[in-house]
Amino acid sequence: MNRLTRSLGTMAVTLGLGVATATAAEPVKIGMVTTLSTGGGYLGEEVRDGFRLAMQQEGGDTLGGVPVELIVEDDGRNPGQGRQIAQRMMQSEGVQIMTGSIFSNVAMAVIPQVVREGVVFISPNAGPSQLAGAQCHENYFNAAWQNNDLHSAMGKYLEDEGYDNVYLLAPNYPAGRDALTGFKRYYEGNIVGETYTQLGQSDFAAEISSVREADPDAVFFFLPGGDGVNFVRQFDDAELTDRFPLFGAAFSFDNTLVQAVGDAARGAFNTSQWSADLDNEANRQFVAAYEEEYGSKPTLYAHQGYDTARLIGSALRAVDGDLSDMEAFREALRAADFDSTRGDFRFNTNQHPIQDIYVREVVEGDDGKLTNRLVAKVIEDHEDAFVGECHL
Amino acid sequence: MLFFIEQLLNGFQLGVTLLLMASGLTLIFGIMHLINLAHGSLFMIGAFVGATVMAYTGSFLLALAGGVAASGLVGMALEYTVLRRLYYREHLDQVLATFGMILFFNELVQIVWGRRPLGVDTPSWLSFTVEILPGVAYPAHRLAVIAVGLLVIVGLFFLIMRTRVGMWIRAGASIREMIGALGVNINLLYTLVFGLGACLAGLAGVMASPLMSVQAGMGENILILTFVVIVIGGIGSLRGAVVGAVLVGVADTLGRVYFPALFRLWADPATADAAGASLASMTIYLVMAVVLAVRPQGLFRAHA
Repeated sequence: MNRLTRSLGTMAVTLGLGVATATAAEPVKIGMVTTLSTGGGYLGEEVRDGFRLAMQQEGGDTLGGVPVELIVEDDGRNPGQGRQIAQRMMQSEGVQIMTGSIFSNVAMAVIPQVVREGVVFISPNAGPSQLAGAQCHENYFNAAWQNNDLHSAMGKYLEDEGYDNVYLLAPNYPAGRDALTGFKRYYEGNIVGETYTQLGQSDFAAEISSVREADPDAVFFFLPGGDGVNFVRQFDDAELTDRFPLFGAAFSFDNTLVQAVGDAARGAFNTSQWSADLDNEANRQFVAAYEEEYGSKPTLYAHQGYDTARLIGSALRAVDGDLSDMEAFREALRAADFDSTRGDFRFNTNQHPIQDIYVREVVEGDDGKLTNRLVAKVIEDHEDAFVGECHL
Repeated sequence: MLFFIEQLLNGFQLGVTLLLMASGLTLIFGIMHLINLAHGSLFMIGAFVGATVMAYTGSFLLALAGGVAASGLVGMALEYTVLRRLYYREHLDQVLATFGMILFFNELVQIVWGRRPLGVDTPSWLSFTVEILPGVAYPAHRLAVIAVGLLVIVGLFFLIMRTRVGMWIRAGASIREMIGALGVNINLLYTLVFGLGACLAGLAGVMASPLMSVQAGMGENILILTFVVIVIGGIGSLRGAVVGAVLVGVADTLGRVYFPALFRLWADPATADAAGASLASMTIYLVMAVVLAVRPQGLFRAHA
């Protein structure tokens, strides 16, 4: 019977019908649908590089001692394209594990569909609130954060530090509004101004004048990618960085953006679940290995890609590469039995992280380039705000 | 009141930045009847080459020269190899071909410079502020943008209205065949005009680079605004570009500042800010709709 199935399967493949025949000898296929082009393309590149580093450390094409094949494709930050690629990977490549999502709008188009088809999806970056709450799914894991987390932590930090008047800025789109909602979760002080900008805005003169007029104690902003570079440069050009200190999430001050912003970013504070100088064994070896392999300091995205790969590796090892029993594989993922580069890491009931969140400061590193330095832990064992809405 | 004047100045400054782009675009359309969507790519090339020269030499003036020259050369090469074939085609063909060029140039800069955004430092001799209004320190760099923009536009008017080359350009725009018959090399003239427009785009790119993230696709955001400017001003009219640019800059800036404040009068702050921001992003299109309803050809006619 088994032989018959297998020969029928082989025949189907030869006929190009694309039916997957998973035998123990074949490597486990991992599909990575990520963003490699457009202005946000470097995020996907770094996630991919971090992921590959974990494979290389095991000798090339294995994770957790199990042979794997990594298939990487670019979604172009386009939900339709992401969905199409995911469909193709499942149907003709027969992938059973997927990862890669960078932007939440693409994630919302890809993930619900993928997990319904029985494929396990582990997000290395995007963490839209719906998937952490009401739309959570047993096949969906997030190895980074829920979108609001880092913003909430900054709200907590400013509250703790006694900043009473804060000005808020974010683009007028779902993730921008989520960021400000996240910020207000723990912040109870006075919000003296709240401005929504356009996504992709290049001139911020009007907003900067409004900030000066409002005269806040601190400015909290979430402006992804180039928008943030433009804003911080122009803010500094108006000589306001000393009067109104800037605060944001790590997305606004990752090492790549900090280089593009230049001196204007010096001294800015940002929240992150990870930092290159976080002192634990897993992280020390990761940072050294990454610099050796790619010749630059890893960013938070590289760390997320690396941890995602190590998480998958730990679960593959636990089930010995056998994905015929998906529940066993999911159980192994839930255990999160690996040494995360961020230190303590475990999954909540909605399969999103419970982790510590830190605040970092942009300083000049030993090599003369700007980088992030750990300042303090803001929240220990942080849980996202939506876990109560998820019934798994 | 001071706040309002400051915002007016911000709007004017944005207008002048747009004007550098719009003048080149409208010149090319007015004279060659060519719709060039790749104008934003020339802006981007100026910024990238400028950033590179700046990184190697540390001189902003050399960066300006390098960026302007690179955009001009790329523009002329583009005209000679591709666009020349499109002068007698329909506008839709021109839009398709130049849209293709946008994709091409975006990929090209990613291959050459990578996907990580570059940064250009404001030159030290421009990184100070001037207190133009009490308590309002205005960055010198932005004032320099205004000065350069005004100089360029005066220079352009002089070139077109007062020089022999300008006379050829105006004649070529009216009856292309006739000026050819009079012994002027019209092909060369067109290439030069296109190169001039490209140089202006490159100049805008280098001037904007200290204020902006230099990355692939940076030209598209500004291109859309530029098109609104020349449609309002009247496609092909230099005078229209000046008026349109200032109108768009001021309308956009005031919309961003005052719409949310207006909505706060009767809605709760969170709703007001989101609704205000949405309406603010429509301001310039509303202005455009009104102008087109009253004057379908735009405010000024070409060569009026």
